[in-house]
Amino acid sequence: MSLYSSVALPFLEYGFMRRALLASISLGLGAGPVGVILMLRRMSLVGDAMSHAVLPGAAIGFLVSGGLSLFAMGVGGIIAGLSVALLSGMVSRGTVLKEDASFASFYLASLALGVLIVSLRGSNIDLLHVLFGTILSIDHDAIFMVGAITSFTLITLALIYRPLVAECFDPSFLRSVRGRGALYHLLFLFLLVINLVAGFQTLGTLMSVGMMMLPAAVAQLWGRTLLAMAIIAACVAAFSGFLGLLFSYHLHFASGPTIILVATVIYLLSLVCAPSGILRRRLKRPHLVG
Amino acid sequence: MSSHAIRFSDVTLSYDRHPAVHHLSGVFETGSLTAVVGPNGAGKSTLLKSLVGEECQVEGRIDFGSLKPHDFGYLPQAASLERQFPLMVADVVLLGAWRRIGPFRGVTRAIAREAASALAAVGLKGFERRQVGSLSGGQMQRVLFARLLLQDARVLLLDEPFTSIDGATTRDLFGVVQRWHLDGRTVIAVLHDFEQVRSYFPETLLISRRVVAWGKTADVMTDENLARARGASEAWQEGAGICVESEARI
Repeated sequence: MSLYSSVALPFLEYGFMRRALLASISLGLGAGPVGVILMLRRMSLVGDAMSHAVLPGAAIGFLVSGGLSLFAMGVGGIIAGLSVALLSGMVSRGTVLKEDASFASFYLASLALGVLIVSLRGSNIDLLHVLFGTILSIDHDAIFMVGAITSFTLITLALIYRPLVAECFDPSFLRSVRGRGALYHLLFLFLLVINLVAGFQTLGTLMSVGMMMLPAAVAQLWGRTLLAMAIIAACVAAFSGFLGLLFSYHLHFASGPTIILVATVIYLLSLVCAPSGILRRRLKRPHLVG
Repeated sequence: MSSHAIRFSDVTLSYDRHPAVHHLSGVFETGSLTAVVGPNGAGKSTLLKSLVGEECQVEGRIDFGSLKPHDFGYLPQAASLERQFPLMVADVVLLGAWRRIGPFRGVTRAIAREAASALAAVGLKGFERRQVGSLSGGQMQRVLFARLLLQDARVLLLDEPFTSIDGATTRDLFGVVQRWHLDGRTVIAVLHDFEQVRSYFPETLLISRRVVAWGKTADVMTDENLARARGASEAWQEGAGICVESEARI
């Protein structure tokens, strides 16, 4: 099999492969930078919790619309995710519980509700596809949605870059200059939720957080500045999407897990080879003069 | 000229109804340089926090005159910084110009120059492009002072600014504090080193959950007052009753 027929042909021959490629590259471009900030804020597990939290919303959307309506499930997911984010925020501000504790309680409740709703219609293949991802379900509407979410994410990140970074680095300072840190934190959580929803199609609700966290971890191993990290994460995420789709096509694997496993392989390689990775730390090099 | 004095009238600051400081009355005059001294748990940090509106319940009245929230620059005791965040020193210092640049406006050349000279003033000339994560504790404290310089605040609140800082750095940073004082800004600093207080601060507030003495440093820092402050540092009591002084006033 030539390189051309194995790498390019699947995308040239099949429309659904082209759409999947476009969707996953677009997804990666938005989710990568969001993941970097999430990880630097030490909120990796909050991202994971959120991906579980959007599940019942998507399931309810599916039941309400009575079919595989991307719009209904997306809206449901966004509502569920934001409710959990807001409730957790309110609990952590109003009580002694820290944010991670309140997130944990709400996402577990949300997940239980989601699983319950799924089990009511357990045999429905369409629903399973959305929950666990399938490239076949990506149509034009899905591409437009993912593209819109990515554009919105990148533009918003550019706009709120300074206050968001200030809020991450020194929240009490931002509070002392009345910088409205809570607003930017909330906006960021909103970006997180819509990016998770964007990942529904290719990756499934449970794994769409992988498109954020693994590239972000890779970026932290290679990059030194925030901008470099964001760019690296976006590229790694998009590339994982491309390679993952290719493997899933040839080997008949499910697309979501394959994409995430490709990202995992890049992560493992980076752990060894990257400037702040294992190899470099083990290597004895003479120190500099100053 | 409007007054920038901060006047306390029978102020009690408490957490969950347990007072950290009670029945505090007095004035921080405009342009004064005051050291706040007292044993651990005397309510020194709480006093500073009450001025920037950080969480604690306030009873009584604090009169800020014409001062607005943005007139305060606050250096917390242990700044809750995310030190590993990939930021350059210049980025942190420029945050001090928040009032002028806000979330969206660009950093002008003038402000960038100001940041560079603030860094030079704290002895970190040329550190602009260094990563924050690579700084030592003392260097980080200098960076935070540079940020305060850029904030151009009328009132500066410093909570143990020189704890675990070496002698040379402390001297440099005292230079900055003196400059603020000469500019006519009000400086209130929580300190533990009595030598520093006696040699640099004209005014002292000695507290131990209530005012022990407040005024000229020489009058306040007497052996008798200091002994009283140590003795008066009452423990936080689990089953404490309602304060009689406030009951009498109801």
